[in-house]
This record gives sequence, structure tokens and C-alpha cells, in this order.
Amino acid sequence: MHNYLHIEHARMVFDTKKGKFTALTDINLRVGQGEFISLIGHSGCGKSTLLNLVAGLATATEGVLLLAEKEIKGPGPERGVVFQNHSLLPWLTCFGNVYLAVERVFGAREPKSRLRERTQAAIELVGLSHASAKHPNEISGGMKQRVGIARALAMEPKVLLLDEPFGALDALTRAGLQDELMRIVQETKATTLMVTHDVDEAVLLSDRIVMMTNGPAATIGEILDVDLPRPRDRLSLAVEPRYHHLRSQVLAFLYQKHLKHAA
Amino acid sequence: MSAVTFNETHYSMNSPVTPPSPVVSPPPPPGLGERKNSQTNPQRGAEAGALPQGRKTPMWESERGQAFGEAVGKFFRAALPPLLGMALFILLWQIVSSSGGEHGLPGPAKTWESAKILFADPFYDKGPNDKGIGWNILHSLYRVGAGFGLAALVGIPAGFLIGRFAFLAAMVAPVISLLRPVSPLAWLPIGLYVFKQTEPASLWVIFISSIWPIILNTAAGVSRVPQDYLNVARVLNLSEWTIFTRILFPSVLPHLMTGIRLSIGVAWLVIVAAEMLTGGTGLGFWVWDEWNNLNVEHILIAIFIVGFTGLLLEQALVMVANRFNYE
Repeated sequence: MHNYLHIEHARMVFDTKKGKFTALTDINLRVGQGEFISLIGHSGCGKSTLLNLVAGLATATEGVLLLAEKEIKGPGPERGVVFQNHSLLPWLTCFGNVYLAVERVFGAREPKSRLRERTQAAIELVGLSHASAKHPNEISGGMKQRVGIARALAMEPKVLLLDEPFGALDALTRAGLQDELMRIVQETKATTLMVTHDVDEAVLLSDRIVMMTNGPAATIGEILDVDLPRPRDRLSLAVEPRYHHLRSQVLAFLYQKHLKHAA
Repeated sequence: MSAVTFNETHYSMNSPVTPPSPVVSPPPPPGLGERKNSQTNPQRGAEAGALPQGRKTPMWESERGQAFGEAVGKFFRAALPPLLGMALFILLWQIVSSSGGEHGLPGPAKTWESAKILFADPFYDKGPNDKGIGWNILHSLYRVGAGFGLAALVGIPAGFLIGRFAFLAAMVAPVISLLRPVSPLAWLPIGLYVFKQTEPASLWVIFISSIWPIILNTAAGVSRVPQDYLNVARVLNLSEWTIFTRILFPSVLPHLMTGIRLSIGVAWLVIVAAEMLTGGTGLGFWVWDEWNNLNVEHILIAIFIVGFTGLLLEQALVMVANRFNYE
């Protein structure tokens, strides 16, 4: 199904103190089931806004967003969101944070023991079983982000939405988590939409890269097919000419066609 | 070769403070390490074994001893300024009292003697206007507790509502701004007029003066719940009840605790004044009673009791508040 997530003529206008601000205009995108899509662009280009539209955290001023042929009207547990700043609740343990989501989605039809199993399984999937009883302030930034991913995955969402999930992490931790995300997505076959500003991350993880023009009134500039075979390995890709070709195409889009001049 | 010998040589070689002993004197044969040397040299072993067993490592040289010494030093560095401050305060008090001559304030020593008598029997009860100091403290605490409890009962839900609904906040803002600066005791006549009795009137004064910090801090906490947490709630599509119990309430709790702390502080300030006016029992009444008896030592003692009890309340609440600090 090449029309799982369907965005048509989406337009987003914000009311600000200085009047109307058009963040996005004429966004058209079709995403197939199981596809991994990256949204890339300069900061302020509205890529997070587009993700929020899909998440249902914001409503498009114009246009239609369909998921599995149903209109997206608000947030819902069939779309798991991983926030940039992890957004864990500090008074709950890692387990508690994931359990909150599991309870919401499966609580009505499954016994508590099964809910706990699901929570454990999700925490195990991101390799954090040893830290499941810890509170967020007792673990590192990378671990928090992994709990955030576990929380989103535990809901068994149809779509996984990631808003610059590794933006706040150091390069080494980021690489480790990218590999892990690749493995998890491969295992769960989740349809994924990821906002990023990291060119390497986009090329490494994506099936397609959606490159956005600069705001205001940003739209989709180009869509790049990443035809690298899976499973991908960052070390062998490093010497792969095709990888570098794709990478330079994204860079060319960002820095030649749509260079953002510093104000 | 026993472990004792090894330990002894080990320590005496490492600590420069130890006077030279025969154990260390023989020069080690070239090419051998210290440890090996102490184990292989028969002469050394014999000499070390012959040493009296009394030569133990002094406590202050051992690692534990040094850690202990550091802790003591730290304690003194931390305790010195406050102790010095208290000492200066008492000195100042002494100077003031002795400069007053015959009718000056009672000095620290005289007050201390008086306090010892007072606290020897804190819970006597000789009729309505003559009760032990313990009873008076408990009565004041009870009033603060009851008045504050009512304020919390009303103020916490009110704070949540005001923080949650901007309309409501805008509605009550002028009323709160108008009533909040009113001196607590100005409310006493209203209480006396409405309730016709002193006891509910003094509870009313505590209630009305301690409700504002609770309302305002709770409301501020609710309106400042981080958007991140609310986004989590929205993405998970949580029910209103779950949002309240799992996200809103824990997130507001630190602010709420600040409100409670300020409230109890105000309540404790107000109760002494209110009891001076309503009479009967309590620390405030006692102060006024002793003023009528011209027992100035007791007034000074009362001031210390009020201060000390307030300090204890504050510290207890700070401890509770830290329990809910997640960051």
C-alpha cells in the first residue's frame, strides 16, 4: 500500500502577535506502509510543524491528512511520538513511563501481568532492562531518549514519529542509537517519519528523504530515493560511492539551492 | 612470617611521621622490591617479630582516621559561623540588658533560670487562664493546623481551577489582589461578628491569611506544567483523570509544597497576634498574660518558643518538599 499516510495540499497558518504566519503551504506526500521517511531542512522550515500535523498535536489550516484512509483529527495512540527532549515524566521510573503508555493502549483488554510483560519487552528492545527501575534523572541523555523510543514502540503504533530524536546527543551516542533504531524498525516494520537536520542520519536510515524549502511558507522541495540495500552498515557505507553521491545530493539541496542566509 | 610483621613494616615505611625503628634501618639488598624484601630477609623478620605488639598504627594515621578528621574539620567549618553568630547575639542581649540597669531587660542567664522552672512542669492545668507552657504551645499549634487545614481544603482545589481555566483566573484576580494585602488582624472583627465566638474567629483569621499563598502557588504551578508533559498526555490520549493523577498533580506538587510552606509560615506569624486579642489559651495569650503580670523573662522565653517552633515547622516542611523534588 503506497498510500498509507496521505497528505494532500496541507497548509499551516499560525496566528501570531504580528499577524498571520504561514509556516507550511501545499504539502503533498504519500508514504507507504513500512517506509522510513526523513524530513530534512534548515531550522525554521516547518519540518517539526509537519510532524505535529501528522501526530495530531496541531491541525492543518487547509488540506487533508489521512492515515490508513482515516482523517487525522487529533493525537492518538496509533501514532507513537518520540520527542526531541525525551519528555519523560520525572516522577515515574523508566518502567513507569513506558507502562503509562502501555496501560493506555492495552489496559482495557489485557490483564496487568500482560501489560507488565509488554513494558518489559519494550524496555528490553532498547537494551535498558538494567535501568528499568531508575528515574529519568538517574540515567544519561542517550538512555532517556531510548526510554522515549521504548514508550513509543510499546504502544505498537502504526506510525512512529520522531522529532529530531538524537539532536541533543553527542556523536558517539547518536551513532549507537541510530544503529539501534535501524534494527528496531527492521524488526517491528513500523512506518516511520523522522525530522532531522543531520544529513548522514537521513541517508543512513531513510528509504526516502523529503527535503524542505526554507520558511516562511515552506514546502517540499525535492524527494530523494535512498536506494541503498538493507541491512545497512555505517562502516561499509563509508566507502560506498553511492552513499556519498546521495549525501552530496542532500548537501547540494541544502547549501546550494536553499542556503539560508544568516539574518 | 606473619601478617603482623608485614603490616608493621608496611606502615612504618610509608608514614614519614613514625620515628625510625630498627625494622626500617637495614638497607634493602639491591634489586629487590620493598615487599619482597620484607618477606625474604630473615634478619628483618626476626627483629620485627621481636618488636612489642603495642606499636599499633595510630588512629589519626590510618585512612579511616584521616577521613574522620576531615569530617570533624568540615563540621567545625560549617558549625563555626552559626555558633559564633548565636554567641554574639547572646552577648549583645547581655550588653543591652545590663546597660538597662535595675529595670532593664532580663539577661540571658536570668531568662535561662526562668525557662528551666517553666519547662520543669509544662503540662499543669490550674483552671482556664493558668495552664502550663506545653498546653499553650499545643493550643497554638492546633489552631494553626485547623485554620491552615481549612485553607488547604479550599485553596488547593481553587488553585487548580484558577490555574486550569484562564477565564476563572481573570475573574478572581482583582478580588485576590484586593484582599491579599489586608492585614490578617483586620479580619478578626469580621470573624467575631459572624461567629460570635473567639475560637472560630481566630481559626477564621488563620484561614483567610494563609489561603492566599496556597491558591497563588498552586495556580502558578498548574499554569506552568511544562508543555512537554502535556504533549505526552495528548499523544497518549490519556483520560482527564489520568492526566490529573499522573501528570498534573505530580508536576504541581513542588509548587504546592512551596505554597503550604509559605501558608504555615504566615499562619504561625498570625496566630500569636490573634491570640493576644482573643485570649484564653495559646502562646499569644500567654505573652499578653505575662505582660500583664510584668513577667518579662516569660515574654522573652515566649519569643524564643515562637521562633523555635516556627523553625521546626519550616524545616519539617522543607524535608517533605525535598521528597517531591524530582529534578
